[in-house]
Amino acid sequence: MKLLEPGETLDGFVIEDCVHSGGMAHIYKVKYANGLADPGFPMAMKIPRMTAGDGAENIVGFEVEQEILQALTGPHVPRFVAAGDLTRVPYLVMEYIVAKPLDHWLGQAKETGERPSPETIAKLGVAVAKATHSLHRQNVVHQDMKPANVLIRDDGSALLLDFGLSYHGHLPDLLAEELRKAIGSPVWMAPEQVVGVRGDPRSDIFAIGVMLYELATGELPFGAPSTTGGLRQRLWMDPPPPRRHRPDLPPWLQEVILRCLAPEAAQRYPSAAHLAVDLSNPDQIKVTARGTQTEGTSFRVHFKRWIKAAGMSYQPSPLPTEQIDQVPIVMVAVPNRDVTDATLYSLRVAVNRSLGTRPGARLACVTVISSSETSASDASKSESRVHTRYLEMLKQWAQGIEMGSHQTSFHVIESGDPAEALLAYARGNHVNVMVLGAATHGLKLQPFIPTIPIKVAMEAPCTVILVKQELPFAQLGAPD
Amino acid sequence: MKLALLSDIHSNIQAFDACVADARARGATQFAFIGDYVGYGANPSEVVDRIMAMVDDGAVAIIGNHDAIACNPPAAPSDVLGEMTAAWTYDQLSAEQRKFLIECPRIHVDGNVLLVHATADAPERWHYVRDERSAADSLNAAVKISDEIRYVFGGHVHRQTLYYQGQGRGLMAFAPTAGAAVPVSAHRRWIATIGSVGQPRDGRTDAMYALFDREKAQLTFTRVPYDYGSAADAIRAAGLPEFFADRLLRGQ
Repeated sequence: MKLLEPGETLDGFVIEDCVHSGGMAHIYKVKYANGLADPGFPMAMKIPRMTAGDGAENIVGFEVEQEILQALTGPHVPRFVAAGDLTRVPYLVMEYIVAKPLDHWLGQAKETGERPSPETIAKLGVAVAKATHSLHRQNVVHQDMKPANVLIRDDGSALLLDFGLSYHGHLPDLLAEELRKAIGSPVWMAPEQVVGVRGDPRSDIFAIGVMLYELATGELPFGAPSTTGGLRQRLWMDPPPPRRHRPDLPPWLQEVILRCLAPEAAQRYPSAAHLAVDLSNPDQIKVTARGTQTEGTSFRVHFKRWIKAAGMSYQPSPLPTEQIDQVPIVMVAVPNRDVTDATLYSLRVAVNRSLGTRPGARLACVTVISSSETSASDASKSESRVHTRYLEMLKQWAQGIEMGSHQTSFHVIESGDPAEALLAYARGNHVNVMVLGAATHGLKLQPFIPTIPIKVAMEAPCTVILVKQELPFAQLGAPD
Repeated sequence: MKLALLSDIHSNIQAFDACVADARARGATQFAFIGDYVGYGANPSEVVDRIMAMVDDGAVAIIGNHDAIACNPPAAPSDVLGEMTAAWTYDQLSAEQRKFLIECPRIHVDGNVLLVHATADAPERWHYVRDERSAADSLNAAVKISDEIRYVFGGHVHRQTLYYQGQGRGLMAFAPTAGAAVPVSAHRRWIATIGSVGQPRDGRTDAMYALFDREKAQLTFTRVPYDYGSAADAIRAAGLPEFFADRLLRGQ
């Protein structure tokens, strides 16, 4: 389609500046025509370069984006405003986002010759992982995550763009065909995408791994292959460990990056929410040999995997939400004062039950302490000392949990409002199930003041299990 | 304008009433019945009465294989599953009802929509749209009938599947999620089997139908819970084979 001039109108929108001229589309700022007030946010119009007349297949990505953007909600995607008739004037009007693409950090590093700090990389990673998880919870897999499609707002949160290659579990996949072709951008494409798999949320986790790798080292883990053979390399090959490019990179970050980049999806983080928890708590990441190594994977290992990869082929994926529901984040609120052994015991029993049959579940043990417990001036009450003490308490409590393969992390939160602190943690970390004591001793007052469990249960974004004391302890204390 | 598409009702008045009520609640103003109103179930006369009344009010009805055979049942008792209840059904229907059924067309075309119980390529042979290939055959035949056809809706297979043109040559099959509106833009061609109102066979007891929103170009496959216990009881009370009652309880 020809470039539009400022002042022209299209389907009730007045064109302002052209803010982006890409290979696939032009993006203009627009306003409603006839002086109508904007919808509460600035608007952008995306117009594909191809039109329906150029052949339907050229425009199918735009059709996919129209459908999926309309189906998405939440703070991590631009808000949808309007879509044009594909056969007449294809366009998409959406929220105009003021934010920096991830490209910005890569460009800056190139200019200054200074890589972003591990803390910055982790922060960016957490934001991207959270945005990605929000997509997966809506049954969408992005399938084309790359630095140009990820925006970071000033408040640090991330927003994802460009759903032209995306997959929605509830919609027919217009991009699919019988001979399952690789669909995605070669640099960031996951191995299973190479053999045509669509709809696996872990493909997006792989792409995040590629972005983190580049942020950390300035290199691309698998280069930018242009042939099928080059693309297939990642089916069996581990990239060179990031620490070989950048020896001062902390092992925990390498551990995370290489886990995202595992050739087999089952070896990666099972959900983006799990990845976000790890990147938010670097000190709790279990560093294995993978994190410290600076030598690449041996020829023998690669050769074995190469043989295995020869048999890798297309498999249909279950719904994205079904996949991530298999790997919930279970949070337990462990009280740290005025608490009986019976309560602690019952909480452990309940947590064991909740983790139960889900091998991929992850446990977050949280305790809330009052802000007055720490002091900046009194060394014995310094924040790190107090936190260490409570972390120890949490770890001891968790010794009775059958962890098996479950990953566990421990969190001490300072807050004057325990209920709000627990809720904020659950919201911020995409917790699926929260386990907490029912605190029955507060029930008498409950008509007047909602107890912490009541408030949490009412406002929680997830399932809440309120645990009553049960136990062997009733018998123990029986009077003679 | 929302068009409710109902097929394979199979004399199940409980399921039929539940689906019609659900469709009206979701804003359906038009109804199309895609065949197999009778057979298997215990209330053929009631179901046909309802449909005749709705056709008087502007609904569309086409004929299915069970309707045809119930009007001309085999002379000797048949042990073919689909024919076992035909003679019994014949006796339940009035001459007027049978006349209504046998006069229903095999194919109905309305603008860019074509309705056919089985396949458009040989509607009288009652082939099944059971895979991408048979779907393509039916769709191609429909387009020959009218170049304008964008949507072919059928029943017969008792399953809900949407076939569409992906990036390859052949059609792709899509298993819809109940209740999720699927965009079906009219610049593509689509062929759907909309499932069975009165005898679901995918392991769920809920009745199936579909809702087509023409303006928005959206197709919603729907599942509706209904009193299958009563429908099964009625089959037993009528003295029909126990198997037809049991399968409603299992959705098989």
